Amino acid sequence: MLGGSVLLAACVLPFVADPYVLEVATMALLYIVLCLGLNVVVGYAGLLDLGYAAFFAVGAYTTGILTSQFDWSFWATLPVAAVAAAVAGVVIGMPTLRLRSDYLAIVTLGFGEIIRLIARNLTITGGASGLYGIERPVLFGIRLDRNIDFYFMFLILVVLVIYVSDSLSHSRIGRAWLYVRFDEDAAAGIGINRVAVKLYAYIVGAVIASLAGTIFAVKMTAVSPESFTFSQSLAILLGVVLGGMGKIPGVILGAIAMTLLPELMRDAGIYRPLVTAVGLLVLMLFRPQGLWPDGRA
Amino acid sequence: MGFFLQQLMNGLILGSFYALIALGYTMVFGVLKLLNFAHGDIYMVGGFVGLLILKLGSSWLGSGWLGVVVALFGSAALVGALGMLIERVAYRPLRQAPRLSVLITALAASMVLNSAVLALTGGRPVAFPADLGFVGYDLGPIHISVIQMALLVSTLILMLVLELFVSRTQYGRAMRAVSYDMVASRLMGIDVSQIVSLTFFLGSALAAIGGVFAGSYYGSLHFFMGFIMGLKAFTAAVIGGIGSIPGAMLGGLTLGLLETFGSSIPFIGSEWRDVAVFGALIFFLVLKPTGILGKTMVERI
Repeated sequence: MLGGSVLLAACVLPFVADPYVLEVATMALLYIVLCLGLNVVVGYAGLLDLGYAAFFAVGAYTTGILTSQFDWSFWATLPVAAVAAAVAGVVIGMPTLRLRSDYLAIVTLGFGEIIRLIARNLTITGGASGLYGIERPVLFGIRLDRNIDFYFMFLILVVLVIYVSDSLSHSRIGRAWLYVRFDEDAAAGIGINRVAVKLYAYIVGAVIASLAGTIFAVKMTAVSPESFTFSQSLAILLGVVLGGMGKIPGVILGAIAMTLLPELMRDAGIYRPLVTAVGLLVLMLFRPQGLWPDGRA
Repeated sequence: MGFFLQQLMNGLILGSFYALIALGYTMVFGVLKLLNFAHGDIYMVGGFVGLLILKLGSSWLGSGWLGVVVALFGSAALVGALGMLIERVAYRPLRQAPRLSVLITALAASMVLNSAVLALTGGRPVAFPADLGFVGYDLGPIHISVIQMALLVSTLILMLVLELFVSRTQYGRAMRAVSYDMVASRLMGIDVSQIVSLTFFLGSALAAIGGVFAGSYYGSLHFFMGFIMGLKAFTAAVIGGIGSIPGAMLGGLTLGLLETFGSSIPFIGSEWRDVAVFGALIFFLVLKPTGILGKTMVERI
């Protein structure tokens, strides 16, 4: 009921909002997708991923390269981007998911930097200046190039991701994640293949971020390595932690907060990161479960 | 031959920086099993505190060696205390919390340090007010400056002193006991909190010394310099074997040499240098997580 009214409001918003509000709302939807995706990894499976922006980059660059250099249609790049992210997820996840959680954190951080550096140094990714002139998507002969088009593309993705992660969390695999998160050894003891279960979460998260990246690429028509820094990964993680790991409405709220706070704190200027950092520290010390946590935790 | 020796020298210098910072990672990890994300930023803050000491004391210390030595000791003491404070405020309340919360808190502590310096410096690099000249000695085909020698010798001495401290003194023995089994140590009457504070003090002081040396050697400081340095020093600690003090030294020097020689190979070049370093980190963590000198750790249930 609440969900339905929120969705209805989200559908009406772009028709009444001014361009600035629409732009901020579109960015909020992008962050909601990314935070929900990371929530599968951190919130459900309990794996601290500090290089999540790398998968976002995989999607953005896949679409960017295929549309600008090989004349693919945007829609055809979607499955390729999803597969590329899944492969990247397996390549990095397979060997590392056996590791202790703090090792995993640092390995994902290193992996995030590797992806960014590769994008910076290859010719096909446009080097440090990145790719530009990415083709806009065409649907039934109509070129999608207005902000409102991308708003709705992200909104559809948000609905899809909410559906997928909600179903997953109530499925057999969702319960396995919960078990692994609380007691990995006990979970292994009752026959859960903990590496496979974690890998599954990792791949789901990777594909979600990649899809967000594809829309981001055609919205911006340009991608550069600087969109995928450690700070980006950190911002997504903050959204998840702020709202409450593992609970969808909490994570959505956290994502919206992470989009709005920088806008609201424009006056704080150079003190903005400090305010954010102190806020996070205080949150972790006094309310580590987030503002709206998962009831099961 | 001359080029080789000069590169060897450069590798050892870079490796000494890594080693100084890796020691702190290794000690904290040994005692608390905590990956202290803020450690790279402690190194950065150490550099800035040294800079402040030099600036404030410039009228009677000058900007030569006297000033730098005072900055080294002053920064080590102050930043060591800062490390203790961070542990007290941010990590100790979470000693029983899930590992994920502790990691995120460590990340928050790191952000607080670097965003505070960002706010103070406006994000611009700041020149380090030390003027040590370029005096040095020619050893055969290579030239070694006094600051390079000071860095190499100090790193070596600090590591030896630390190793002796940990293996020979009462405090060192307590440290090893806490690292082996915290609960049993407490039952044996060891003041665990005091030992943890001591560990943070020593680790942070070493990183601060690295920071002041970095300022004097490279000539400037930047609020974000701790991020990549922290990541690489952690890599060094892992390569050497996390938890092992000689391992941190060995890992630091290995990484410094690999990086210096790696970037002089044609077709690899400096753009791919960091990719290779992080690749090495992943390689070691996956294939030999105990590193070269580390002990095999059994996960206790």
